[in-house]
Amino acid sequence: MKRYETVIGLEVHVELSTASKIFCACSTKFGEKPNSNSCPICIGMPGAMPILNKKVVEYAILVGLALNCTISKKSILDRKNYFYPDLPKAYQISQLYFPIARNGRITIDTDDKSKSIGIHELHIEEDAGKLIHDSDKNMTLVDYNRSGVPLIEIVSEPDMRSAEEVKSYLEKLRTMLRYLGVSDCKMQEGSMRVDINLSVREVGDTRLGTRTEIKNMNSLKAISRAIEGESKRQIDILQSGGLIDQETRRWDDNENESVRMRLKEEADDYRYFPEPDIAPLEISDEWIHELMALLPEFQDEKILRYQKDYGISEYEAGVLTSSKEIANLFERATRLCNLPKEVSNWLMVEGMRILKDNYIDPWDICLTPERLSTLILMIEEGRINRIKGKEVFEKSFLEDVDPEDYVKKHGLEMISDDKMLRKVVVKVLEDNPQSVSDYKNGKTKAFDNLVGQTMKSMKGKADPALVNTILKEMLEN
Amino acid sequence: MKEITAMSAMTVAEKIKAKELSVQEVVEAQLKAIKLREPLYNSYITITENEAKEQAIKVQGQIDNGELKDSPLAGVPVAIKDNICTRGIKTTCASKMLADFVPAYDATVTERLKKSGAILIGKVNLDEFAMGGTTKTSYFGETKNPWNRDHTPGGSSGGSSAAVAAEEAFISLGSDTGGSIRQPAAYCGLVGFKPTYGTVSRYGLIPLASSLDQIGPLGRNISDCASILELISGYDPKDSTSIKQGRYNYRSALVDDVKNMKIGVPKLYLDEDLDEDIRSCFLGALKTFEDMGAKVELFDLDEIRHSVQAYYVISCAEASSNLSRYDGVRYGHRTGDYDGLDELYKKSRGEGFGYEVKRRIMLGAYMLSSDKYEAYYNKARRIRTIISKTYDEAFNKYDILLSPESPNTAPLLSDDYSSSKNKQKSEILNVSVNLAGLPAVSIPCGKDRKGLPIGLQLIGKKFGEKALIQAAYSFEQTRPYERPGTLVN
Repeated sequence: MKRYETVIGLEVHVELSTASKIFCACSTKFGEKPNSNSCPICIGMPGAMPILNKKVVEYAILVGLALNCTISKKSILDRKNYFYPDLPKAYQISQLYFPIARNGRITIDTDDKSKSIGIHELHIEEDAGKLIHDSDKNMTLVDYNRSGVPLIEIVSEPDMRSAEEVKSYLEKLRTMLRYLGVSDCKMQEGSMRVDINLSVREVGDTRLGTRTEIKNMNSLKAISRAIEGESKRQIDILQSGGLIDQETRRWDDNENESVRMRLKEEADDYRYFPEPDIAPLEISDEWIHELMALLPEFQDEKILRYQKDYGISEYEAGVLTSSKEIANLFERATRLCNLPKEVSNWLMVEGMRILKDNYIDPWDICLTPERLSTLILMIEEGRINRIKGKEVFEKSFLEDVDPEDYVKKHGLEMISDDKMLRKVVVKVLEDNPQSVSDYKNGKTKAFDNLVGQTMKSMKGKADPALVNTILKEMLEN
Repeated sequence: MKEITAMSAMTVAEKIKAKELSVQEVVEAQLKAIKLREPLYNSYITITENEAKEQAIKVQGQIDNGELKDSPLAGVPVAIKDNICTRGIKTTCASKMLADFVPAYDATVTERLKKSGAILIGKVNLDEFAMGGTTKTSYFGETKNPWNRDHTPGGSSGGSSAAVAAEEAFISLGSDTGGSIRQPAAYCGLVGFKPTYGTVSRYGLIPLASSLDQIGPLGRNISDCASILELISGYDPKDSTSIKQGRYNYRSALVDDVKNMKIGVPKLYLDEDLDEDIRSCFLGALKTFEDMGAKVELFDLDEIRHSVQAYYVISCAEASSNLSRYDGVRYGHRTGDYDGLDELYKKSRGEGFGYEVKRRIMLGAYMLSSDKYEAYYNKARRIRTIISKTYDEAFNKYDILLSPESPNTAPLLSDDYSSSKNKQKSEILNVSVNLAGLPAVSIPCGKDRKGLPIGLQLIGKKFGEKALIQAAYSFEQTRPYERPGTLVN
C-alpha cells in the first residue's frame, strides 16, 4: 500500500490589541453594546475616509521582525472587493501586492527536535462586522463594533506535516505574539483565527497535491481533529482512484467531518486594486531600527538563560517562560529576594494550580514581583509558615492584596513560643492516646497525625519545625 | 443700489461687514430669487430655507459681536453640490440610490464654510453620482442653462453652474473628476476652479474616483473663487491624501500683471477641429495675453493623447468599488420584495442605479477582474505616470498653459451628447489635468454666434494656484463678467 504524507500551510488572522481601530478612533474593546463602537468611517458612510492607525503598522513590523521577515520599505494597502452584509463598504482594506513583511521563519519544537517553518508573508487588514441571526424574528442583525478592528494575517509556507506540528506552530506563534504584547490571541473570542490549507501526497513526492482550504478555525483541538479528518478524507479519495477538488471547506466539529463551501471555480474574484484613499506607506530604516530595539527577549532565549543564570531545569524554565507575565514575575521577584528556586517553586506549583483552578490567563494575575518577594522572605525569616504562606500567596495572586497587611490583619504570624506550644502538645497527647500508642508500636504515620492535631489547635500558625521537635522529645520520654 | 443677488460674493460680504446689508436681508433676497427662478432652471435638489434663516441670525450675531472679521465670505449664501455631505441634510448624489440619505456628519468643506460664517442655502443638482456632463442622468431631472433653457448647463456640477449664473446663489461648490467644475463653468459663463489634488479635503465628498476627485468653487469672478478657496483649502487630518502646505493666501494673487509670464499653448488643442467661434475667441484670448506683456508660445504635448482611455479605466475601476456599498443592506435603496441575499443585492442595485452608472460599474468591475487587471488598470496607471511627467516637463518651460475649455459651447439638452464626436476631444482637455493632479481654472472669454458663453482653460503646475489666479484676474479686467440676459425678476 502507498504511504502518504500531509502537507499543511496556515493563514493565521490575529486581532491586534491597539486601543483604537485601524482606520478611525473607535475603541476596539470586545463585548460592548452592539454598534456602540462605531462612527462614519467604520460603518463605511458615503464620503468618509480611512486614516491608517500608525500603531497598527508598528505592531505589524514588530511581528515581522520577530518572525525574521524582511520588512518592506514601501507597502501598499489594497481594496478587496466583495459583497457581504458584515462588510459595510463592500470592500475590505487589506494588502495583496506589497505586504508589510515577507520571507520569515519560525522554529518549532516537536518530539525533541526543532523544525523551521517558513513565513511567506505578513500583512495588515481590517476586520468585518458581526452578523447575528435572530431565528425567532427571521431577521439578521449587524453589529459593527468589530468592523475596522485591526488584523494581521500571517501566511506560512506549506512546511508543516502533521497536526502536532501545526499545534506547536500555533502555540509558538501565540506565545510570541503575547510576548510582543500585540494581541491577546484568545481563540475562543476570535482574536486568533486559522485557515488551514491542506493537501496530501505520496511519501517521497516533492510536488504539492491539490489542496483544500478549511476556513475560520478557532480552537486548537478542533484544528487537530480537522487536520486528521481532512487528510484521511483526501487519502481515501486518492486511494480509491479519485481526484481532489480544489475547494474551500468548513469543518463541522460536531459531525467530525468537513463540508464543501465552494469550489475554486465558484470563488469570488476580489478585483484587488490599490486603495486610493491611503497614500503608500514608506517604512524607513530608522523606524525599523527603533522597533527592533523594542523586541523583547523571547521564550527560547529565556529558557537558555534561566538554566544558566538561575540553575533551574529546562522543564521549569519552559513553564516559567510560557507567558511574559509569569517570566517577568519570576525575574523581578528573584532580583528582589535572590531566591530563584523558591520563586520558581511558588510559581510552578501554586501559581500554575491557581491559574488552572480559576480558569484565568497570566495577564489576569494580580501578584506583583514586590509582593511575591516579600512573601517569600517572610517565610524564609520564619515570620509565617508555609501553610499560611499558601493562603497568602493565593489571596494576593488573585486580588490586589498586600501580604504584609494580610498577615497582620488576620494574625497569621508564626507562633514559635516554646512554652505555649508545649502546653498545646501536652493536651494533644492526652486527647489522642491511640495515636501515642500507635507511634510507640512503630507506626510513623501516627506522628504525622499528632503534628496535624497540634497545628489544628494552633490554627495552622505554629512553627512546624518547633512542633516536630517538641512532639518527638515528649514522645521519646 | 444693484439687486442684491446680482452682486458678487465679495461685494455682498463687504456690504454685510459695513452694515449696509444684514445677513437676513441677503438670505431673504437669495431665497426669493430661488423661488422665482427654480421652476425655470431646476438647479436645486434641496433648498435649506429654514436652516439658512437660522444660520443667518446666528452669523449676524457673530458679526455684531465683532467675530468673523477675517472671513471673506461671512454671511454669504453658498450652494453645495449634492455629493458633498451636509449633516442632517439630504445628500442624494442625484441618485434614486441615495434619494433619502441623510449624512450623520459634515464634509470638511461644509464644516469649514460653516465655521467661516458662509450660509448653506441648498444642495444643487448633478449627474447621477457625478457621472456625466449634462445633468441629464440626474434622478431629480435635468437642470437648464440660464443663458438658454434649451441647453445644458454642463456637468456634472450643472446645478452648481446654473445656480450661480441664474443668481440663485452667489457662489457654489462643485467637484471635478474629469472636468466637472470647469466645463459647466464654461457653459454658463462662470469661473470654475479645480485645485491641485490634495489641496482641498475630500473628506465627506461622496467619491466617484478617489484618485481624481477634487472639490472646487464656481463663481462669477476669480476674486470670489480665490476667497472661498482660501476658506476650504488646507491640510485635513481626516483625508490622508490631503497635503501639508503653508497658508493658502490666494487673495494676495489678485493682481493685474502678467508681464513676462511664460504661457504655453499645446498645439494639439488647436489642431482639433474646433468650432469656429471658439477658435477665434481662443486666439483673441491669446492675443490679449500677449498685449498684456505675456510670452505666448505653441508647443507639443502629444504624450497626453491617451488621457481619455486611461481616465476611463481608472475612474470606472475606482467608481465600481466606491459604489459597491450601495447594495440595499447598510446604504442605498432597498428593493421591496426579495428572496435571499443575492436577490436583495441584484434587485436593489438594478432598481437604484441609472443606466450610465451601471455602465461604468460594469466596465470598472470587468477591468479590475484578476485576468484583466494588468491589461487595463495597471497599463492605465503607467500612462498616468507618463502624463504627469509630460506636464512636469512643460512646466519647466512655462508658468501656465492655455487651452479652450471645451471644443464646443453648451449642447442642446435634446442632443444625444454621448455619441457626439466632440465628446472625446472635450474630455482630453479636461481629464489629463485630473490624471496629473494639476490645478486648472476655466474663465469666460466670449460668446458664440448663438450667444452661449465660451470658456478658456488655464492650467497650472502643482500648487501653482497663485499663478492661475493672477493670470485669470488680469484677463478678467479685459472681459468683465456678463450675466445671462434672460433672467426673470
